[in-house]
Amino acid sequence: MEHFDQHISHQFNQELENLRQKMMAMGGMVEEMLKNAVQSVVSGDTELAVTVIEADDQVNRIEKRLDEECNLIIARRQPTASDLRLVFAIIKAISDLERIGDEAEKIARWAIALADYHRPRNDYRELERMGHMVLDMLRKSLDGFTRMAPEVALEILEQDKKVDQDYESIFRQYYSYMMEDARNVRRVLDALLVAKSLERIGDHCKNVGEYIVYLVEGRDLRHESKKALKAFQKEISDES
Amino acid sequence: MENAAMNNQATPAPTVSSGMFDDDRQPLEIARETVSIEVRDLDLYYGNDQALKSVNLKIAHNRVTAFIGPSGCGKSTLLRCFNRMNDLIDICRIDGQILIDGKNIYAKDVDVAEHRRRVGMVFQKPNPFPKSIFENVAYGLRLQGVNDKRKLAEVVERALRAAALWDEVKDRLDDNAFGLSGGQQQRLVIARAIAIEPEVILLDEPCSALDPISTAKVEELIAELKNDYTIVIVTHNMQQAARVSDFTAYMYMGEMIEFDDTARLFTNPRRKATEDYITGRYG
Repeated sequence: MEHFDQHISHQFNQELENLRQKMMAMGGMVEEMLKNAVQSVVSGDTELAVTVIEADDQVNRIEKRLDEECNLIIARRQPTASDLRLVFAIIKAISDLERIGDEAEKIARWAIALADYHRPRNDYRELERMGHMVLDMLRKSLDGFTRMAPEVALEILEQDKKVDQDYESIFRQYYSYMMEDARNVRRVLDALLVAKSLERIGDHCKNVGEYIVYLVEGRDLRHESKKALKAFQKEISDES
Repeated sequence: MENAAMNNQATPAPTVSSGMFDDDRQPLEIARETVSIEVRDLDLYYGNDQALKSVNLKIAHNRVTAFIGPSGCGKSTLLRCFNRMNDLIDICRIDGQILIDGKNIYAKDVDVAEHRRRVGMVFQKPNPFPKSIFENVAYGLRLQGVNDKRKLAEVVERALRAAALWDEVKDRLDDNAFGLSGGQQQRLVIARAIAIEPEVILLDEPCSALDPISTAKVEELIAELKNDYTIVIVTHNMQQAARVSDFTAYMYMGEMIEFDDTARLFTNPRRKATEDYITGRYG
């Protein structure tokens, strides 16, 4: 990010640095929420789940404040080129981070509901596995943003495919549980919603990864064909 | 608590990005059939000082092209070459070619007065003549020997309408032009340039002496005029270049550093030097 510290205007440097730090702080909070939400599902710790629900309000407020600061920078500085892309990428990324926060909150609510039912013998290991995968994706996307490392986006895209596959198999597995015993239906439905939220979080992380590519390369990878992504992958590996 | 969480966040170690600048994307090429002005290997010297260094550039027909760059980069010098204003400076020497519609404007047989009729110019400070509004616009035609009153009235009205000034001055055409506001004077000067039906209009910082409302009117006018004229504008105001132009050329120390589609140049320039200039970084 040292590139963003080279303006003639020190104030502008400061404003961008401040923006970036706040976004990273927001990312750190969301990461914590996600970690605790998954943990509360696995362990049945409802107190931990409550802390996640409470944290969401804070994340929402930070999103609003960051939006306002981005607005101010656009109005005051009329950023161009990489500065413009940075502000734009941050506006987009914080909206995805806020949504991840929302999903984590939902997971925490279902964790509380699940705590009332009997626990399966494997302690929802399949959800834990999926949760760790999306947590890793989130960390990578935040780290990639800070390092301005577009190659991270491709790793996240790959991981997102795995998360989607995991969701598919959990869906089938839970479906069969419900068929086996109708008394399972409510509990398994709640657990399925947890899986669905994790799958959505994977999508948001993928978005953040794509904003890194936009920030660094000025290219929009969203909704691109497999062929275009392959070509991009080749370019990135040629460069490094 | 919110603030505490933010302050406690450690700043991760910054790393330098690899692929952000000076990338190998192809420069923009203006299609041959749409080229209005072509600059080929242009060198320009003021005495021993070289002000333009091997400049190559194509300017598209009926489009707005902006020249940006720091003071002294040669953008106004280049603009003035297009209507041979530099001929008026004794110590100025030019090598290379400038072709308008395929013909070198520095060829020996070119009639400079006729050439300047085809390439109109508007300067930073409005420079109306100390005459009436009507006579300012009619001036070029009178020089050409047109004296038919009806013809003059018709051309003056058309030019003033094209310059978006007609409604403001139609009831006082005989008033002295100095009575107009700065913004109105600048549009009057543009009307004067249009009246002789040039092909190209050169604008040298046309809004730097105007307030924001007058600036907006001139910018609006530029958007209208590009339907009929090829426009080249030099501006220090980068937002203005971004707003009004289709293509932008960034110059630095007499060299053409980057020429591209305006949208691309301002969001994702190819050259680091361009990036540094438009984002206000130390070069």
